[in-house]
Amino acid sequence: MTEKKRIISTKNPMPTQDPLVRASNFNEVALGYSKEAVMAEANRCLHCKNEPCRQGCPVEIDIPAFIKLAAQGDFKGAIGKIKEKNALPGVCGRVCPQENQCEKYCTLGKKHEPVAIGRIERYCADWELAHGAPIPETSTPKGKKVAIVGSGPSGLTCAADLAKRGYQVTIFEALHVAGGVLMYGIPEFRLPKAVVQAEVQNLKKLGVDIQVNAVVGKFASVDELRKGFGFDAVFIGTGAGLPYFMNIPGENACGVYSANEFLTRTNLMKAYLFPEYDTPIRIGRKVAVLGGGNVAMDSARTALRLGAEESWIVYRRSRVELPARHEEVEHAAEEGVQFKFLTSPTSILYNDDYWVTGMECLEYELGEPDESGRRRPVPIKGSEFVIDVDTVVVAIGQGPNPLVPRTTEGLACNRRGNIIADGKTGATSLPSIFAGGDVVTGAATVILAMGAGKTAARAIDAYLADK
Amino acid sequence: MIFMYKVLKKEILAPSIKLFQIGAPLVARKAMAGQFIILRVHARGERIPLTIADFDREKGLITCVFQEVGKTTRELGALDEGDCVQDFVGPLGVPSQIDNYGRVVCVGGGVGVAPVYPIARALREAGNEVIGVMGARTADLVFWEDKMKAACSELQVTTDDGSYARKGFVTDVLQEVIEKKGDIALCIAIGPPPMMRAVANLTRKYNLKTIVSLNSLMVDGTGMCGCCRVTVGGETKFTCVDGPEFDGHLVDFDELARRSVIYKPQEQAALNLYNKKSSQKCHCCGGGE
Repeated sequence: MTEKKRIISTKNPMPTQDPLVRASNFNEVALGYSKEAVMAEANRCLHCKNEPCRQGCPVEIDIPAFIKLAAQGDFKGAIGKIKEKNALPGVCGRVCPQENQCEKYCTLGKKHEPVAIGRIERYCADWELAHGAPIPETSTPKGKKVAIVGSGPSGLTCAADLAKRGYQVTIFEALHVAGGVLMYGIPEFRLPKAVVQAEVQNLKKLGVDIQVNAVVGKFASVDELRKGFGFDAVFIGTGAGLPYFMNIPGENACGVYSANEFLTRTNLMKAYLFPEYDTPIRIGRKVAVLGGGNVAMDSARTALRLGAEESWIVYRRSRVELPARHEEVEHAAEEGVQFKFLTSPTSILYNDDYWVTGMECLEYELGEPDESGRRRPVPIKGSEFVIDVDTVVVAIGQGPNPLVPRTTEGLACNRRGNIIADGKTGATSLPSIFAGGDVVTGAATVILAMGAGKTAARAIDAYLADK
Repeated sequence: MIFMYKVLKKEILAPSIKLFQIGAPLVARKAMAGQFIILRVHARGERIPLTIADFDREKGLITCVFQEVGKTTRELGALDEGDCVQDFVGPLGVPSQIDNYGRVVCVGGGVGVAPVYPIARALREAGNEVIGVMGARTADLVFWEDKMKAACSELQVTTDDGSYARKGFVTDVLQEVIEKKGDIALCIAIGPPPMMRAVANLTRKYNLKTIVSLNSLMVDGTGMCGCCRVTVGGETKFTCVDGPEFDGHLVDFDELARRSVIYKPQEQAALNLYNKKSSQKCHCCGGGE
């Protein structure tokens, strides 16, 4: 660098749909940068010698390099650079919590706002989507087969990396479309399904075979994939698909959904387009969403879009403890989602026809910090009150789906049912069987699952090289 | 491995009850009595569970029998041999527990005769004396009597209105069987929920263990959404992964009935729209009934 760079302290703003308009449609909220904005944003990068941002990227993208190319307007070069490491840039550019990843380490971010790395990544991915992706390069075929169980972020990443290394990769997906949580969980207005499918198509161009409607543990066990189907290694990335309920009275009443059901009906099955699509969803006048994570925010925002008059987040801690991304909370509030903090239900009330009519709750106060470091919510005696709602969405978390662990003899799992896998390799208690993503860590983020998929791909390559 | 889930055989068993044999080698390979599949008719379709009525592992075939009640089952019924369904996944759910119990009764009501058939056959093969009881509302709706006769050690047929065989409900016949034969180790009952409830209420008096197969609403069918939850013995279970078979004496049938009609208004609206459209399109089929 020849001259000292002028510091621009704030990010170029992301244009968004007007909150009042978007609260009643399923189109994407964030509209994406213009060419001018993305180049200006990329030019904010100081190109620090030690490249601190890179340590925050679980999929090891050469961030300064792609930003430099984007700053020059070479988006073809920039997306090429990103895709050396990341098979899902359009997804990551939208849903990765960059504030906890790359942008957290950005030097600019120490005093000012960090470079909007995620937004630049998204622009590059969208640029390629509009201009067409080149045929990707792969290594010479290795003549070995790897099975990937589950087509969520970890499975897709693992598949892409192995295909690039010359392995013959088959993904087995239980649902009728590939993408896992990217398709059934994250709403269209945050992550358009066309973006996900475009990235899945790119994987197919790498030679990855995707078998949908294939429930491993049912049509074949992991062991049979190895022996009967002749796969040399298996990666299990089945995610956190088991919904938790509160275990309170009335929870099976009509009008109570798990967030998984609520979101799957809407996103995967497109119930918001009923009757054009056949899957129905029933939305009441007043919706309460239990929980404070991203899934809860997605559910509450979806409820508004489906026509609810009121959509409430009911969370037992306070605003500062909300585990959801700050941006998601803000977007939800802008759209009209309301918050009831320090509140948790004790029972769901229903009428003679078994339909929800209300929710009895207790007020909470914050006590001493618990093992998570957050202050423990303590119920206030005698504070019972009833919230008038007719739909309840339970979004208090998901556990690992037991289908694969239950049918895989000798696969070590922990008390919660998560597969035990080496953090550095994804190796499980069984030789040639690897695992990563939410099924190992419990519900986490898309990017951490992708990082685990990448780690496992490298370990599988090393393992099979020795065979 | 790209699969077309082709309809290889279509049979009309009774008015509005149809049989489809579908090519699905990977499903057939593992299918067991008591399990179910989920299918989607077309790319905009909903996922519906259907219990497996028969399977041929060698030929890679799954047989499903269904009654046309709503839009999706009518669209399915409108397919012809050679057509494909969009998606077909399975085998799902826990298979029936087949043991040598001694003397068992298999009760099939209405379209429930189809899923009870492979269970009766498997129980007979396992060495049981299998007493079959099948019932239908009326003579027109009786099907698979020959298959059931072949599968069971003895078979009794009844119709609600007496238009075929004898008059009465399956519970009437079952009570006679219990009284006459005694010493029955297990009862399997599959049919409309009110029938299964009636059977369970009857057998409870005799302390006769009774397994029912539930037809809850489902979305994914793999334990992901909880749409199919049902209370069994005071505990919440997922029909798709914990069932579909449960102890009939412990199932909360009230809850089951109420949860099964959650989408009734939407289902009716979709059906009306479908009927209107198909009557505009074609006057020789659909649109009626």
